[in-house]
Amino acid sequence: MAEETKAPAATGGETRPAERSERSERPERSDRGPRGPRPGGGPGGSREGGRKYFRRKKVCKFCVEKIEAINYKDVRLLAGFVAESGKITPRRLTGVCTPHQRRLSKAIKQARNIALLPFAGRAQ
Amino acid sequence: MNRTYELMFIVRPDMVDEDLNKLISTLGSSVTSAGGTLKSEVWGKRRLAYTVRRFNDGIFVLLIIDGTGAMVHEVERRLRVTEQVIKFITVRTDEEVKRLDKIKKLRDAKKKISAAPAAPVTPEAGGETAPAAV
Repeated sequence: MAEETKAPAATGGETRPAERSERSERPERSDRGPRGPRPGGGPGGSREGGRKYFRRKKVCKFCVEKIEAINYKDVRLLAGFVAESGKITPRRLTGVCTPHQRRLSKAIKQARNIALLPFAGRAQ
Repeated sequence: MNRTYELMFIVRPDMVDEDLNKLISTLGSSVTSAGGTLKSEVWGKRRLAYTVRRFNDGIFVLLIIDGTGAMVHEVERRLRVTEQVIKFITVRTDEEVKRLDKIKKLRDAKKKISAAPAAPVTPEAGGETAPAAV
């Protein structure tokens, strides 16, 4: 019993940093072949070996921080939702809710038009 | 029918401040003569995210125009004619501002309702605002 309670805590501690680093290098992942199970797929999923993962459910940054104004001029904010390749990161990776993703993608596209964000590749 | 527009344009990096000010004032006069208002904000030199007309930098200028579409049309025409301007974008903002005001009002109203019963307990109000700051 003691071991069981210990195991998820240990794996949780191990996987958290790994997930973080994976998330920050998101664009490279797209070049790889078949992907493993997606991080944050749901609360508690079993993988090979029967190990259990408990991941925090991703929540929309804009809802949590109550950021309503998603503006094309706010490059810092928008850059966080653009992969290194210049692509808009999908909702399933960032956890942004649908209404906010809609505004976000619009703002990113406007920012691209005025050369605040790149269309492809990272800004020089 | 007054609307609010944001018009951002980029001029070539080697443009002198005097010329830029002159350009902005002529744009402003074209708007004000038609009965609108114009505010300008010079962001200064910034790196472009990609090369535009062989430039890697540009001076960004933001104009906030309060007026009709015809005024914006005229300003855009002038920008197109001006050779130093390498890029511009027009965004209508009044509807977005209206939406934000509405949300703000709603939130304030909610805050008041939640604050009224808990008025004697002041720390709770602080605890409520704390998560938003995180």
